[in-house]
Amino acid sequence: MTEALHLDNLSKTFPVGKPLFGPPKFTVKAVRPVTLTVETGETLGIVGESGCGKSTLARMLVGLIPPTTGTIRIEGKAFDNADPAAFGKSIQYVFQDPISSLNPRKTIRQIIDAPLKRLHGMGKADRAQRISEIFAAVNLREDFLTRYPHEFSGGQAQRIGIARALAANARILILDEPVSALDVSVQAQVLNLLAKLKREFGLTYLFISHDLAVVEAVSTRVAVLYFGAVVEIGEAEAIFSRPRHPYTRLLADSAPVVGRPLTAPEGRETELPDPLNPPPGCSFAARCPRATDLCRRVEPELTDKGDHQLAACHHPLDP
Amino acid sequence: MRLFLKLLARNRLALAGAIVLSGVILLVLLTPLLPLSAPNVTNTADRFVRPFSPGHLLGTDHLGRDLLSRLLWGTRLSLAVGFSAALIAATIGAAIGIVAGYFGGRTDNLIMRGVDMLMAFPYILLALAIVAALGPGLMNALIAVAAVNVPFFARNIRGITVGIAHKEFVDAAKLSGMGHTRIILSEILPNVLPVIVIAMSTTVGWMILETAGLSFLGLGSQPPQADLGSMLGEARAALISAPHTSVVPGVMILIIVMSINLLGDGVRDALDPRLRSGALSRPMAATLVDRAEVPEKRTDGILSLDDLETQFHVGDRIFRAVNGVSLSVVPGECLGIIGESGSGKSVTALSVMGLVASPPGVITAGAVRYKGRDLIGMRYPALRRLRGDRIAYIFQDPQATLHPLYRVGDQLAEAIRCHHRISKSEAHDRVLELLKSVRIPNPESRARSFPHEMSGGMRQRVGIAMALANDPDVIIADEPTTALDVTVQAQILSLLDDLRRDRGLAIIFITHDFGVVAQLCDRVAVMYAGRIVEQGPTPEILANPAHPYTKRLIACVPELGGGRRELAAIPGLPPSVDDLPPGCAFAPRCRKKQTSCERGEIALKPQNGRAVRCLYPEWRPS
Amino acid sequence: MGSYILKRLFSAIPVLLGITIIVFAIMALIPGDPATAILGSYATPENVEKLNRDLGLDKPAVARYFIWLGNMLTGDFGQSFALNRPVIDEVLERFNATLVLAGTAFVLCCFLGILAGVISASRQYGFADKAITFVVLLGISIPSFFLGMMMILLFAVNLRWLPVSGMYAIYGGGDLWDLLKHLVMPAAALAVVATGVIARLSRSAMLEVLRQDFIRTARAKGVSERRVIWGHALRAAMVSIIPVLGIQAGFVLSGAVYIEIVFQWPGVGRMLVDAILKRDILLVQGGVVFVAACYVLFNIMVDVAQSLLDPRIKT
Repeated sequence: MTEALHLDNLSKTFPVGKPLFGPPKFTVKAVRPVTLTVETGETLGIVGESGCGKSTLARMLVGLIPPTTGTIRIEGKAFDNADPAAFGKSIQYVFQDPISSLNPRKTIRQIIDAPLKRLHGMGKADRAQRISEIFAAVNLREDFLTRYPHEFSGGQAQRIGIARALAANARILILDEPVSALDVSVQAQVLNLLAKLKREFGLTYLFISHDLAVVEAVSTRVAVLYFGAVVEIGEAEAIFSRPRHPYTRLLADSAPVVGRPLTAPEGRETELPDPLNPPPGCSFAARCPRATDLCRRVEPELTDKGDHQLAACHHPLDP
Repeated sequence: MRLFLKLLARNRLALAGAIVLSGVILLVLLTPLLPLSAPNVTNTADRFVRPFSPGHLLGTDHLGRDLLSRLLWGTRLSLAVGFSAALIAATIGAAIGIVAGYFGGRTDNLIMRGVDMLMAFPYILLALAIVAALGPGLMNALIAVAAVNVPFFARNIRGITVGIAHKEFVDAAKLSGMGHTRIILSEILPNVLPVIVIAMSTTVGWMILETAGLSFLGLGSQPPQADLGSMLGEARAALISAPHTSVVPGVMILIIVMSINLLGDGVRDALDPRLRSGALSRPMAATLVDRAEVPEKRTDGILSLDDLETQFHVGDRIFRAVNGVSLSVVPGECLGIIGESGSGKSVTALSVMGLVASPPGVITAGAVRYKGRDLIGMRYPALRRLRGDRIAYIFQDPQATLHPLYRVGDQLAEAIRCHHRISKSEAHDRVLELLKSVRIPNPESRARSFPHEMSGGMRQRVGIAMALANDPDVIIADEPTTALDVTVQAQILSLLDDLRRDRGLAIIFITHDFGVVAQLCDRVAVMYAGRIVEQGPTPEILANPAHPYTKRLIACVPELGGGRRELAAIPGLPPSVDDLPPGCAFAPRCRKKQTSCERGEIALKPQNGRAVRCLYPEWRPS
Repeated sequence: MGSYILKRLFSAIPVLLGITIIVFAIMALIPGDPATAILGSYATPENVEKLNRDLGLDKPAVARYFIWLGNMLTGDFGQSFALNRPVIDEVLERFNATLVLAGTAFVLCCFLGILAGVISASRQYGFADKAITFVVLLGISIPSFFLGMMMILLFAVNLRWLPVSGMYAIYGGGDLWDLLKHLVMPAAALAVVATGVIARLSRSAMLEVLRQDFIRTARAKGVSERRVIWGHALRAAMVSIIPVLGIQAGFVLSGAVYIEIVFQWPGVGRMLVDAILKRDILLVQGGVVFVAACYVLFNIMVDVAQSLLDPRIKT
């Protein structure tokens, strides 16, 4: 296997209350140094709750946010978005909100045309040909091309967004919560389409979601993010059934499941740590039933706990 | 564009403005061709001739010049200067605003500080300073008026641009290989343009007033040339002896500016999509009711809905959001209403207490009975006394549903004090008790917090505390955990479950999540396109769904522990409720569809505590 | 709170400096020899020499700016050659009169504007709404100086209820009652436009707020409609109304220039127009800087009021 995407110590710190000149007053670490590899042809799922930094991470990968530290390698080459035309051909992004990711004042044809024209410099006839191929691939009718975005439902708009990403002909797609704005009956339509496209075109996905069940259903491997850092990463089949990090278990136990009696897995009324003033040691310590003094002092490293499963925990759970 | 003109023409006031304005413009365009005396020829023998005199329809001024002629030439000048100033200010201001808003960061910061600096002047000081430097004259007045309006445009357009520049389609354009210039021209500008047009159409009138003002002060057009402002300025000396010389140009300014403002408002309304959809209308205190008859009481329970119909009337389209829903709950019971977006589940919940926004909502049929009293059509004061006292709501997004400017404790106290006369200290004690009962730590200090200082989970606990404030009999929870993370959702659900068991509450729980229904609700009603398609005890429905929609919807829900797999999907989309097919609304998406399904109304058939609206159910209860 | 006020006052310093730079730059646009240009028809050799000494007009522009700024910081705004008295004395005296006029008009337009806007919004599309909308439209379309002239014709000339112009009667005036009689018409004429703008804005701000979820929450709690409108909704709407009040204060101050001319009110606006026509440049410079500085301070007060109302603004 070859690596499609490699992140080395990638982090993002946002300034808060920055004056015109000089250093900011506070900083918020949205993403703490993350090192990850996405193999070619796999789907790496990223799960986490709101504010865990998963969208920030994704946007750094496509150059929409510059990272504070660290480097990104895409298919072996160092990240370089100086030339937008060359960069867009290597990696693409599918957005969370399908409607707002389409310019309301452009027709669908104009929207899909942009990457073909700008990235590939195709002529008019070639573009028309390629658009019909893509539309066939995402099951959209060609008479949609003359319409405007507001005429579409969320599921259709998301397929148009996917079509635009395909038009760039990139081999890596970052999918940022691609189905969370959709109803459950439509969500499966889009997920199945994504699976089909992956097989047909040999794509690599980074799939971001807050829905554990969805991530498990589509991913090869899953990384769990908490408070801007990867706390656990492992095979999708194993990570939720045999979590090693207590946070992963808390997540898995909190998802409502038909037939499981209602209990709050967490008795105490806990809160996320204050991002302006992060605690020393493990950021999950305050919510963790297994926390010791060590956890509150020393931040645990992400280490292999066996079976290709890595967790950042001083006192991992038994498999 | 056609739609825009149509909307504009439909607005009668705007149309009147447009007609008057085009009349004035036509008149001044034709002025050089009209048989008028020269505007600047003085004739001191004919000073202050009254209006309607022969040869001088509007009379003459202090130098005996024909007022009609001067009026038309002056109007020409005023209009030309006003429109030019607006165009110049809009172009420069919009360019500055777009650049600042799009690039953001330091560029934005520096530009906007400069703009703020200019706005720190009362505008006329800046205009006066410019005229003082350049010297009086119409051209200089134009420059001054345009210059002082640039910051207004820049600030306005920047605000809009910032909003658009952060939209995802701009990010998508970047990834499509577009450069900054192209993004500004093809992505940003088309979306900002309506705002520029609105800003211009609503400020042109103002700019005409301003240039007239400078001329009035003697700083604009210089004699003998006169625009409307300087005519008024010259006439002021003779205000008492010959008022018509003042009235004529003054009324003309009024007519022009008023017609421009009417037209400008019309343009704004036609271009603003929110106004177009009627979203800017104010919801009334209670939903409108327009029903022919009150249906018989058919169900028992502390709260029961009989054949409730709620519609949205938008233009000439009628959306049947709730289409004959009957439900009931008994004390201590939790009834779930499940459905996808647009199924009418939330509208059903809001209809109970008349909280559906009206306009456009109207309750057109049915009854909602609380302990036998019909709430639909109840007089407002009586309804208000029940709201929050006997029947309380918990809403979806606790960020938006709490008042951002009141302390949490005060909002809770208000919920009690609008139903019970109790002292402040009593209310305070009760608030602390409530906060404790929803397991909020440090209630004393939390009561003094503002909503924005709390996390989503804490805010939703406040929302629940507010619902509990008067020990209600029924709580209607409208997707109370949808905006929350799973770990927080688990806490909130278990809290609700405990409260219901401890207090014998009846709960109607609206959700789109089968997992949540399974854990919390005793019975469940499944809604599709405004109707209940299936109803019954939760475990039975989950184990043996009878309606094909229910069965396939359950199959779509991914469950943790299933591993990598193909997920089930329902092809197609739910129908729009303003254009429902005859018969079963699900038929177009249903694998078991027969011709009989699409023929006529299908009844909700009850059987053994369950009910299903299907001719060919998946499973029949025995 | 105190620290917030201090911080805002501190942040006003660059704005005030910016204002002096802008005014200075505009005045530098005047063509020709500065001393002769500034003095205009008062350019006697003695005056030119005195001005060159005071303002260092033979020096480069930057140096001139700092001399001018330094003089102003010590309270020396220069000398009005047309009036033959220090600029600051004249400005202070005139500004006092403007403050009485503009202050009254401002209080009037805030009160009436918000009242009209709230009533209009809470009766959307009803008779009151339509009537208010029409009157407001008329108000923002009529030039205030024309309105003032018509008021003089009606109330002073025809009905003889009120004095034609001035701030006090020339003989036997000077008490508060006399001032009020003189104040009614100009203050009303001045307030009309701003009232209209504030009413429109309050209406749309109220409509925006009334659609919010927290209003539905208040109604679901059983809060009475009167409290929903005048309590919950108005309070939230004030967050977007208050900044506009600050801007409108500038418009009232600006409109005062016309009104002062029409009603012969001895204010700073009339002084500025006279000064421009007489090319009394130092008086213009000083007057503009002084009034702009007062306006900046007023806007700081607006910001403070805003932060008192809205806890989300970090203090």
